[in-house]
Amino acid sequence: MKRTSAARISIVGTLSASLLVVSALPAGAERLVSSLSSHIVRITSNFTGVELVLFGTVEDDQAMAPRSSGYDIVATVIGPRQSVVTRRKERMFGIWINAESRSFVEVPSYLQVLATRPFESIANAETLRRQQIGIANTLLPEQIGPDVADVIPSDRFRQAFVRIKRDRNLYGEIANGVTFLTPTLYRASIFVPAEAPVGNYEVDVKLFADGAVVARTNSAFEIVTVGFERFIANAAVDYGLVYGVATAMMAVMTGWFASIVFRRD
Amino acid sequence: MEIYLPIADLPVNVFLVLAMGLAVGFISGLFGIGGGFLMTPLLIFIGISPGVAVATVSTHIAASSFSGAVAYWRRRAIDLALALMLLAGGIVGTSLGVWLFTALRRLGQLDITIGLSYVLLLGSVGAMMVTEGLQAMLRARQGKPVELRRPGSHTWIHGLPLKIRFKQSKIYVSAIPVCAIGLIMGFIGAIMGIGGGFLLVPMLIYFLRVPTNVVIGTSMVLTLITMASATILHAATNHLVDAVLALILMVGGVTGAQFGARAGQRMRSERLRLLLGILVLAVGSRFAFDLVVAPNDVYSIRTIGDAP
Repeated sequence: MKRTSAARISIVGTLSASLLVVSALPAGAERLVSSLSSHIVRITSNFTGVELVLFGTVEDDQAMAPRSSGYDIVATVIGPRQSVVTRRKERMFGIWINAESRSFVEVPSYLQVLATRPFESIANAETLRRQQIGIANTLLPEQIGPDVADVIPSDRFRQAFVRIKRDRNLYGEIANGVTFLTPTLYRASIFVPAEAPVGNYEVDVKLFADGAVVARTNSAFEIVTVGFERFIANAAVDYGLVYGVATAMMAVMTGWFASIVFRRD
Repeated sequence: MEIYLPIADLPVNVFLVLAMGLAVGFISGLFGIGGGFLMTPLLIFIGISPGVAVATVSTHIAASSFSGAVAYWRRRAIDLALALMLLAGGIVGTSLGVWLFTALRRLGQLDITIGLSYVLLLGSVGAMMVTEGLQAMLRARQGKPVELRRPGSHTWIHGLPLKIRFKQSKIYVSAIPVCAIGLIMGFIGAIMGIGGGFLLVPMLIYFLRVPTNVVIGTSMVLTLITMASATILHAATNHLVDAVLALILMVGGVTGAQFGARAGQRMRSERLRLLLGILVLAVGSRFAFDLVVAPNDVYSIRTIGDAP
């Protein structure tokens, strides 16, 4: 893996440069408005995932001539960031054990990219990379010794990480996930599986015209656990010892109760 | 009906988990064991991470061994002094086990250790039980009397110092092997999520010559306390005990155990031992299979922390 470290560093350089480009985005004549069907998702005991609707309009400048190519929307949903270790099993002494591993630092726990068309027909590769459109163009920094750097999309660990996330419906790309109901009114469905962690989810919506970003807007929703589940999950982490004692007491009570119910003498 | 497990962090079908509890409870009642060695693999099989499975099953076993211990206590079939001496070793063993569990989890080698321990322990114990069971059945078929171990015979264990007299069991043994057995049971219980009744009972009979009328009750007291402390320690250090999952398992387990115990009374003990041996061997082989056969995916991911 040492071979690629030079390439990684150069990528980090271009990425930090590209961030400056994003912030210095020229404001287009259009305005983008978006909203979500819900801004808070409550996890209850029968939670099996949720579908949210993103909708909005493109308000174009009446004074300007209409765009010849029409509009494209790309919506990127990013869940709370987590550090994740990816391990690879290898055969040793006839059995399969975890050998090599890589840590991805503060990467999105959930990443969904929805667009009106396949990305490559919306803008050229360079623009997509700068705008971080699509999973392949998303920063997934990896811990390399004391340093943290992004990895090339062809990195085996990165590919495996993305594949596992995709299999669990936590990462995904939908090329026709955004539809225009009228020339200016758009709509998209965002599916969040039950496995997705609690926390804040950012929705970044970009409006493309003639292969460039002309407007963008942000929205967000939050996934929270409520009631009993929240109580249990919080107690287990914050008051581990008390939680453990309470659980052990519950076990003893259940056992005692059973011995009374099923007493035969 | 799906229910969301707060610690395992995934939805499961309540009836499936309840049925698993009932089935394992039935087997545990049938053979007079805790059934952890079956429950932990089953939970792993339905998608619960091995860490959560091991930690949660310890809670489940604490419940089933408590209801068992109460029944034996009513019959005065518990040697409390022996149980306490076993516990002295058991608590140390459990602490060591939870410590190793935490360390292995950090290194990413917990799953493989759980798998290997299951293969080695269940493979060897299962093979021994099957061989012994078959021999006993053969002898019974040939009309020879079943060879009984003579309670009075002495081994090197009886030559060790620090001897203590346990009145209820009517044995006079050194405290060293008693504590050692407790330590071993606590240690493997914490790592593998098993109470180890199927291992502890033969050890007490074979090494310490504990009479059969008190052996199960005494082993249940040890199992109860080591598993309850394993629950507390796992909860305090690794936050892996899922109370909701544990509760569903317990309710199924204690109910199933009642029916199992009734069914067990109608079966011959040699046949029961042979069946248990086959079961133990089968679970061990299943783990061996998973270790040797190439996995579907050589890569795996685990979240190590939330970003601040």
